[in-house]
Amino acid sequence: MTKQIVFIIALLATLGIFTYTVLRLISFFRLTKPYPVRDFGKRLRVMLKVAFGQTKIFRFPVIGFLHALVFWGFCVILIGSIEMVIDGIAGTERALGSLGLVYDIIMASGDVFALIIFVAILIFLFRRIFLHVKRFGGIEMKHSTHIDANIALTLILLLMVTLLGMNTAYVAGNLQGEIAGVYPVSNILAGLLKNFNSPAVHLIHEVNWWGHILLIFFFANYLPYSKHFHVFMSVPNVFLSRLEPLGKLPNMDSITAEVKSMLNPDTAFAEPSGDTQPIGRFGVKDVEDITWKNYFDSLACTQCGRCTSVCPANITGKMLSPRKIIMDVRARMNEKGPGLVKNGKDYSDNKSLLKDYITAEELWACTTCNACAQECPININHPTLIVEMRRYLVMEEAAAPGELNAIFTNIENNGAPWQFSPEDRLNWVE
Amino acid sequence: MSASGKLQVPVMADLHAQGKKPEYLFWVGCAGAFDDRYKKVTRAFAKILNYLKIDYAVLGKEESCTGDPARRAGNEMLFQMQALNNISVLDGYGVKKIITICPHCYNILKNEYPDLGGNYEVINYTQILQENIQNGNLKLNSDLFNKSKITYHDPCYLGRANGIYDRPRDILHAIPSEKVEMKRNRSFALCCGAGGGQMFKEAEKGNKEVFIERIEDAIETGADIVATACPFCMTMMTDGIKYKNKEEQMKNLDLAELVAMSLNL
Repeated sequence: MTKQIVFIIALLATLGIFTYTVLRLISFFRLTKPYPVRDFGKRLRVMLKVAFGQTKIFRFPVIGFLHALVFWGFCVILIGSIEMVIDGIAGTERALGSLGLVYDIIMASGDVFALIIFVAILIFLFRRIFLHVKRFGGIEMKHSTHIDANIALTLILLLMVTLLGMNTAYVAGNLQGEIAGVYPVSNILAGLLKNFNSPAVHLIHEVNWWGHILLIFFFANYLPYSKHFHVFMSVPNVFLSRLEPLGKLPNMDSITAEVKSMLNPDTAFAEPSGDTQPIGRFGVKDVEDITWKNYFDSLACTQCGRCTSVCPANITGKMLSPRKIIMDVRARMNEKGPGLVKNGKDYSDNKSLLKDYITAEELWACTTCNACAQECPININHPTLIVEMRRYLVMEEAAAPGELNAIFTNIENNGAPWQFSPEDRLNWVE
Repeated sequence: MSASGKLQVPVMADLHAQGKKPEYLFWVGCAGAFDDRYKKVTRAFAKILNYLKIDYAVLGKEESCTGDPARRAGNEMLFQMQALNNISVLDGYGVKKIITICPHCYNILKNEYPDLGGNYEVINYTQILQENIQNGNLKLNSDLFNKSKITYHDPCYLGRANGIYDRPRDILHAIPSEKVEMKRNRSFALCCGAGGGQMFKEAEKGNKEVFIERIEDAIETGADIVATACPFCMTMMTDGIKYKNKEEQMKNLDLAELVAMSLNL
């Protein structure tokens, strides 16, 4: 009974902190612009393919395969964690054991995956600490981001150790009795405990059981403040991803209304009627101009750097790093979000996402080639956000590079980016 | 028809005056009309259209920039003015099907004009070429490229932007010659460096030009022809070949030119 009470207190504390975090994030989401979500059937298919099928992570085949194993393992082990919560509240042991064959399969694969994940995480940690992987570097990768990554990996490693410890002690403690589930790896490990007496085995089981569940509780509340939030966010992020072809940029409907009235001879020279809605800022300057999906992307991003590693601008030494753009969104919301929530939408801290975080030089280096969006394992779309910030620079500040201003003039005057007369458009037939 | 000299190219306004309505509009694009090197590609493709007796016309003086470089450089206002004007010209002629050679024109007409009320069936020239090779209308059994090794550079706006990877390769496979892939190909292909308005400006500070990084991929294959399917890619690859002093060893040709040459057009 004491165990149940302690468990429920720990659970409530976990849920309490988690609720606080979620409410805080929701208050930030409220600051952002709409992003319509339709076509649920199609979204489901994309989610099954890209998230659960891990199709894009396999574009880096070796390390991608290891990640896929970790992901699939997590999915299976999650069921066991749910069972632990039931056991903790109800004071039962292996409450789902009555599921029979299904339980055997889930437990057996969870047990095997625990070992696989353990090995994979060791490899990940080794790569991060001892190998020089280029995409883990870059101006946006601070010392604290590396520490964050290693903490998250270490937590996962400990989760697997305690899971295997718990299973091993469970098997060793019930050798004569009934064992719920099948444990291929722990069966072998149980041999290590054969010289331990029954109370000792029980103690090992309890320590690992509590260790595992408390680590989960801690992990759940650490993640939202970590780059590893992608554990929660990446599957929904894929579900919410853009369904249009990568080449399509979103239309600015506010501009369409204005251009249409300019092109219509009846309205072009009319006085403004006065009752027109004030048009908000063109493009993106700061976090209140982004869509809620842009913010979602920034929370889901795990900073793997696949985007940056394929960016032609970054490869050739330019300042642009698509990963940095996404990370900056999250960092800027952390900075400005609380002030906006507290003081309303007119709050200013005399800083902005564009300029203080992301420079014009970075934005103008993009070729909109979509290699970053193609590569992102969770379907983040960087180029649309980059173009949104260019829209702000051009339409609000007329701050395009000189050569681009020249092509704007040419297009306006002669209908081509070069200074040729439309009269000469058929000269190619000569 | 000779290699130089005036091509017979029907113009929409003329056909309209005669009460005729062609099946296709051939959207030439600004580079197709004005870029000296790329004009040859436009001519090659027009010759193929004539050879296939496809019922088409061009807008000629009435064509105007789609607005793509303006939109991607952030000038949404200018883009939408161009788009709405173009849509009114296209709709005025009752255009239903558009053929483009430039992938940037293709992408914007196909994916972005519908948001502004311009709904057309937009066809990239690789589709015309590939389908007519497949159905036997274009027989490319000339031995002109027998000894050539061809590598294909995927334009971003055909490949990643619109998923067109196989058609260009099918076209090349119909030309008797050796084919070789660059290490970064299809959805992994490296940009030539000219998209998103870069064509018209100096690159930002870095340690290398993107087109040099890309031409190195092409040179590494040992190919003597780098095939392109985009006017900007053509400028970049041709510049890359010059930069590397490889003009003797490597040529840059568009898919339409390779097909037209194979047909001896």
